Amino acid sequence: MAIRDETRMLLESMGRLFEDHCTKQVADAAETGVFAQGLWDAVAETGVPLAALPESAGGADAEWSDLYAALRVAARFSAPIPLAETMLAGWAASSSGLETSDGPMTVGPVRLSDALTLRRDGNGWRLSGTASRLPYASFATRTVLIADGPDGEMVAAFDGTGGSDLAKGKNIANESRDTLQFNDVRLSSDQVAPVAGGVSRAALYRRGALARATMMSGALEKAMDLAVTYAQERVQFGRPISKFQAVQQNLAVLAGQTAAAVAAANLGIEALEKTSPEREEFLIAVAKTRVGEAATLACEIAHQVHGAIGFTKEYSLQLSTRRLWSWREEFGADPEWAARVGAYACRRGADNLWPMLTDG
Amino acid sequence: MVTPTFRFDPVEMPPEALETRKEVRAFIKEHEHLMGFSRGEFNRDFSRAMGKKGWIGMTWPKQYGGHERTSFERYVVIEEMLVAGAPLSAHYTGDRQSGPNMLRFGTEEQKNYFLPRIAAGEMAFCIGMSEPNSGSDLAGTRTRAQKVDGGYKINGTKLWTSNAHRADYAILFCKMAGDGKEEPDRHAGATQFLLDLKSPGIDIRPVINLLGEHHFNEIFLTDVFVPDNRLLGAEGNGWNQLTSELSFERSAPDRFLVLFQMLQQMIRMAGPEPDKATAAALGKLISQLATLRSMSVSIAGMLQEGINPNNESAVVKDLGTRYEQDIPVVARQLFPAEPELEAIDLYSSMIARSTMNAPRFSIQGGTREILRGIIARGLGLR
Repeated sequence: MAIRDETRMLLESMGRLFEDHCTKQVADAAETGVFAQGLWDAVAETGVPLAALPESAGGADAEWSDLYAALRVAARFSAPIPLAETMLAGWAASSSGLETSDGPMTVGPVRLSDALTLRRDGNGWRLSGTASRLPYASFATRTVLIADGPDGEMVAAFDGTGGSDLAKGKNIANESRDTLQFNDVRLSSDQVAPVAGGVSRAALYRRGALARATMMSGALEKAMDLAVTYAQERVQFGRPISKFQAVQQNLAVLAGQTAAAVAAANLGIEALEKTSPEREEFLIAVAKTRVGEAATLACEIAHQVHGAIGFTKEYSLQLSTRRLWSWREEFGADPEWAARVGAYACRRGADNLWPMLTDG
Repeated sequence: MVTPTFRFDPVEMPPEALETRKEVRAFIKEHEHLMGFSRGEFNRDFSRAMGKKGWIGMTWPKQYGGHERTSFERYVVIEEMLVAGAPLSAHYTGDRQSGPNMLRFGTEEQKNYFLPRIAAGEMAFCIGMSEPNSGSDLAGTRTRAQKVDGGYKINGTKLWTSNAHRADYAILFCKMAGDGKEEPDRHAGATQFLLDLKSPGIDIRPVINLLGEHHFNEIFLTDVFVPDNRLLGAEGNGWNQLTSELSFERSAPDRFLVLFQMLQQMIRMAGPEPDKATAAALGKLISQLATLRSMSVSIAGMLQEGINPNNESAVVKDLGTRYEQDIPVVARQLFPAEPELEAIDLYSSMIARSTMNAPRFSIQGGTREILRGIIARGLGLR
């Protein structure tokens, strides 16, 4: 049950890396629309972004659980880079035998309502449709998309954003979320392949949701850390506000919600590639639902404890809370995932509820 | 990060726990007529049957009637029983806290006498902590023990003692009688005794709860004699022992599984294809439950490794009681029904029982405020 030594070492070294390379200045600068290249290069040098790939494809056959744990660390530091997206893009492209990139990649679709289609055109393909709000598409060295082909789902991977029309957008943490419009964009035969190795649009969506849930658990840890530290430093009425029971009780709730968020995200992570796709989906739905709930409650308390200073641009709490409010809605908001959990349980019936929770 | 975080490492149940689960489910099926909803029934026959299966005192040493099984196997037995609504009250307190407390602090003679009887399901324990003027503030206990020849003479009153009218023994928390001066250390003199409830001088009177049921009691102790060999641990070490006992009490999964059947009933009523809002409301509860359970299994893992899960248990109890109190709230929004305790319609009686029981969830075993105080201390705020 103990965390593996390799995992602990990886997380410690990631923590040090972000401590050095992901200061508030870096996070602030990224919000002006300049990519955090120095941070990205430092992270890329560790090999973590593509570590899930087989060694033959330039990866390290790393455990997904370790990589998700690394996402949690990155999120504690509000790292303004597409680490999760690059991991997932690498997985989707490489599993289907397509090229990946050492640079930052984006992946999609990230929304269920988007439609992307591929049709044959001689030796190559034509891609049409919309991929909305792709993270960091403006800065991506490569884009990996899952689209509907004539015989089922296919992966398309190409440099930059191909020949698409790009409309810039942002979430409220000023992380780039760009919409790509493909109007019969031509792709060559080596840029498209049928999905393989467990890759599917549904699998991408749920792993994206789990990435956000995991990142949120890290951002919650940071918000809690800031709130607890601040309460011990801030003096009012002649004593630190942490000495007031009303504040203590709020911080206890914050700590409980944070612990629940980490545990819920871990439920999803532990299910990855160790169970049926259906059960993986159920546990990830549980994770995104529970973490979303925690984020809503925890952001409120973290801000309440901080008072006015937490509401400023200067103080760093907002780096975490604006991300939490954004990520909560990405790859499906918690009410959407909650409905999936409920539908799954109802479909299986009341008598299967307990086995569903206990039996792997 | 400078703030201590609570650890809930993911845990995988060992294979033997899966075997145990199968056995428990089969046993429950055989005893289906004894299962109920959130009633806490006291049934000595059932406890004896569980004792025969080796499901009480599972982790205790064999020399004291235990079975040297893992915390995970014990966890599985308890969670399956709770979910089924099994009548556990005749052995649950002994298994969960009195036995472990004795194992830690008891004499050889006490361990040899009590533990095999608890493990066999033959001896029922209850908890003698609260008093009329000492609820959350247990250090304010007024019950006093005075050293006399061959033992102690005890005077005082205990309150809210569940099942005292049916149990055989209580672990009594009190203080040694002093010289009347105010002690600067509020925990000084605290002492625990193994109290035979049949002793002369004990008067047990019912306190009927708001459901009209008799679980609670008030125990009046007038010059009750307890022999030397029924002192538990050391004179004056009672506070330390009590803290340990409460930690055992709070680490169990009974803080979020007692209304499980009601959640099932709601799923039944929602049908296989519920509308989205209904599915989302149920899905939120299920997600809370799945998370609580994984945290609770993680605590079982800590117990297995000999780590004290004091803070983590407080977190799970606080979150767990919130979840259980939400169940009747969500239920009445999704499926309104007039509550009626003895209704023929199962759901109406569940609404009644859960609504009326809900307030006690965040009071018993440590109030919500006390638990959050423990968590705050764990965060280094107190």
